[in-house]
Amino acid sequence: MTAGPADRTHEREVGRARARKEDAHLVTGQTTWTDNISVPGMLHMAVLRSPMAHARIDRVDVPPALERPGVVAAFSGRDLADGLASMPCVWPVTEDIVMPDHPPVAVDEVRYAGDPVAVVIARDRYAAADALEAVDVDYTPLEPVLDLEAALAEGAPLVHADKGTNRCYVWPLTTGEDWDAVRARADVVVSRRFLQQRLIPNAMEPRAVVVMPIAASGEYTMYSATQIPHIVRVLMAMVTGIPEQKLRVIAPDVGGGFGSKLQVYGEEAVALAVARTLGRPVKWTESRSEGYLATHHGRGQIQDVQVAATRDGKLLGLKVDLLADMGAYLMLITPGTPLLGAFMYPAIYKMDAYAFTCTGVFTTRTPTDAYRGAGRPEATFAIERMMDELAAELGMDPLELRRRNWIRHDEFPYTSIAGLTYDSGDYEAATEKALALFGYEGMRAEQQERVRRGDPVRLGIGISTYTEMCGVAPSRVLRDLRYAAGGWETANVRMLPTGKVEVVTGTSPHGQGHVTCWSQIAADVLGVPFEDVEVVHGDTRAAPQGMDTYGSRSLVVGGTAVHEAAQKVVEKARRIAAHLLEAGEDDLDFAEGVFSVKGSPDARRTIQEIAFEAFSSHDLPDGMEPTIHADHVVDPDNFSYPHGTHLCAVDVDTETGHTRIRSYVCVDDVGRVVNPVIVEGQVHGGLAQGIGQALYEEAVYDADGNLTSGTMADYLVPSAVDLPEFTTERTETPATTNPLGVKGVGEAGTIASTPAVVNAIVDALRPLGVTDVPMPCTPERVWRAIRQARGEEDAAPTDRRPEGTVPTTGQAPAPSEEGLA
Amino acid sequence: MNRISVTVDGVAYQDDVEPRLLLVHYLRDRLGLTGTPIGCDTGSCGACTVELDGRSVKSCSVLAVQADGGEVTTVQGLGAPTGGLDSLQRAFHEKHALQCGYCTPGMIMAARDLLRENPDPTPDEVRHGLEGNLCRCTGYQNIVQAVLAAAREGQEART
Repeated sequence: MTAGPADRTHEREVGRARARKEDAHLVTGQTTWTDNISVPGMLHMAVLRSPMAHARIDRVDVPPALERPGVVAAFSGRDLADGLASMPCVWPVTEDIVMPDHPPVAVDEVRYAGDPVAVVIARDRYAAADALEAVDVDYTPLEPVLDLEAALAEGAPLVHADKGTNRCYVWPLTTGEDWDAVRARADVVVSRRFLQQRLIPNAMEPRAVVVMPIAASGEYTMYSATQIPHIVRVLMAMVTGIPEQKLRVIAPDVGGGFGSKLQVYGEEAVALAVARTLGRPVKWTESRSEGYLATHHGRGQIQDVQVAATRDGKLLGLKVDLLADMGAYLMLITPGTPLLGAFMYPAIYKMDAYAFTCTGVFTTRTPTDAYRGAGRPEATFAIERMMDELAAELGMDPLELRRRNWIRHDEFPYTSIAGLTYDSGDYEAATEKALALFGYEGMRAEQQERVRRGDPVRLGIGISTYTEMCGVAPSRVLRDLRYAAGGWETANVRMLPTGKVEVVTGTSPHGQGHVTCWSQIAADVLGVPFEDVEVVHGDTRAAPQGMDTYGSRSLVVGGTAVHEAAQKVVEKARRIAAHLLEAGEDDLDFAEGVFSVKGSPDARRTIQEIAFEAFSSHDLPDGMEPTIHADHVVDPDNFSYPHGTHLCAVDVDTETGHTRIRSYVCVDDVGRVVNPVIVEGQVHGGLAQGIGQALYEEAVYDADGNLTSGTMADYLVPSAVDLPEFTTERTETPATTNPLGVKGVGEAGTIASTPAVVNAIVDALRPLGVTDVPMPCTPERVWRAIRQARGEEDAAPTDRRPEGTVPTTGQAPAPSEEGLA
Repeated sequence: MNRISVTVDGVAYQDDVEPRLLLVHYLRDRLGLTGTPIGCDTGSCGACTVELDGRSVKSCSVLAVQADGGEVTTVQGLGAPTGGLDSLQRAFHEKHALQCGYCTPGMIMAARDLLRENPDPTPDEVRHGLEGNLCRCTGYQNIVQAVLAAAREGQEART
């Protein structure tokens, strides 16, 4: 650990590998998960869900449930409709977007398997679950809508018949030269179709909500397993009509989110409505299998991508046409999620033309929304896969192709063709470091040697040189994107009379380590011990203002707010110190928590002494407000652009189709690092989720629209044996857009790793004629891809995906689109 | 209703329970021992792992009546009552083997069982030993390191 020149005794906290303050209660089980909360008189809610993907509700008969033991109340969608507005979507991405009504409990029609139709309230969770079977519902089945392309065809069955279309929106972004002109002058055009399969986020803590009403005063306290207590409060006030000042939302210990708890859920609204009606506390906790149906999914896109280039490997242009599966309803940011990728397809590369279109499509499936990376993993996958495909077409090393096109270190700041200004980066440095750690040349030599000797287990090498946009977000940019809210973050720093410190943050951690990192930041600025700082978060009464945690924003925006608020505290304290020391403010030094008069080191006051002076207020400068507390709100000027180089080596058994990751090396540049241990942990977890998409995970629906990967036994969340040991390293190119020099890290690993793994698999099999393997690259799919390349099997997939649903990737591209133009 | 006698974290209880009551719901809802969380409904995730008569079990897959006459240890029974950590708890903290912490109680209880059977495991043996416990945050790397660190500490204590 290094200490600054003016700071020889007090070790700087920022950059230090501090073990977390958060851990003690978590490793001992002294936790406050929402489902742990139990209060006198509390009732339990269970939700009856549609067993069909699409059906008209002819009748819901709830009174028989009331006959069951322990049941207190039961409500149909119609019973609840009067007290609850439609669930909100805050990102109407175009002026003419189709925004269907979304009742928290269905009234006339169910539109996905799992759509709620009634709730039962009972004295315990077993009684509530038992009584669901007594609710009698008559359905008339309607046609499911599952294939994104068929859904857009004339005469297709409609998810929302009153809207007259399944097309939710069309959102274009065209920049630079004309795509058709660029395509016409290109030597090479490569086209591919990729499928971003649906994923289930799988935060380890299922969702839960507890509502405690005080009926007499109309006040409500809601505990929820959420990433966004502040946003939930605003929107629940709107949905339920409960005045915002009467509603307190608390996110207690929250067991992971990954975007799935960046949501405002119908069950939260219904729990409030039931508590209001009954005047009793109510708890709802989802089972895992219920959550697979009812907690939003991620990804779910068909990507048609074309790159145009010269014969010597200069990128000329990129065209992207997306079909994005909205699912049955628009939830909080459903329509905007794929568009978070729109700006990232050009990635780290320079080009002359970029043409992007996204078409949102309604289907009769669980709604999609943000899942770790949200739009950016899809974009990064597409461009990094295409760079490998273009390199193969040109007969060029994929790394060399990237080098010829990426933004050089001396070109920063650089405005990408999509219009983002990347403040800083050093793709050369990260790549050189990664190559050395990986032993790239040796791997390539071994690869060729194994091909020569006909080893049935092929070695493949995958590259991903990614960047991403995070640290959401400048409020004016959000306005331009038609997002309803801002992207600022707040902090309040207060020094208590005893010299201890409370930092109040508007971020809402659920595993990220904000308590530790915010303590490190505040301790450095104030010159106080790390142990003396406590961080308050996740309660709208204790931390009244915030935009919460998602989009790798917390450190970049919220951490900056802590830094700036702490600076304000020092400046206020300086005024008191100058008064007490009878010196000018400019004549004071401040170091290690001590104000001293320049040239008279004995004339000094500690910041803790000043805190007590502010508390007693006996001798403050005239006219000074008696406090050194300070607030700061940061609205960032720009996004944050971490980047890095990921290299993956796989052994692919061509006889069984089995893939084993042999080596995974990544060098990430997330700017300056507050806590290297926490950063490394974020990278590890991100890698695991990105590799999960590449190899293991998929939400599978049958031809009737039933989720067949409907339990944790059917959906493969990777275990310890499914993942390799990672080699993680860093380069540090400070961000120039915030005083800490930090960039986001929460999503980087997920964004980078999926294409690295799939590129490695395709690289292993390319000598066999394989040009793609659809995700997840299961042994069966790898084996089939090899057989297809050999002409032993038709291209049409025969695995679990039924006919008539979205086509898989790996289908042979149209010959006219391929090869030398 | 069935009457059961069970000792949990050193305290003896007698309770009337429905035959279908899961051990994890007995621990959480009847005894208030909420340190053991529930992560799934198919015995897949291992978040609810506790020790029953010296072996690790997923308490969502055991009925409370099956624990009759037995001795249960949960994560809340480890370490000192005043908050001192046992070697695995400490290793998880020091190696940053947890982020959200939801899987941690089960992970620690499964690791205890693993180290009892194999006090000196290889990294690969740790990964296989914890295969029934899912974590979505850490990518497992630091969990493996924590278990290996606790194993080393156990070795040193014995020598």
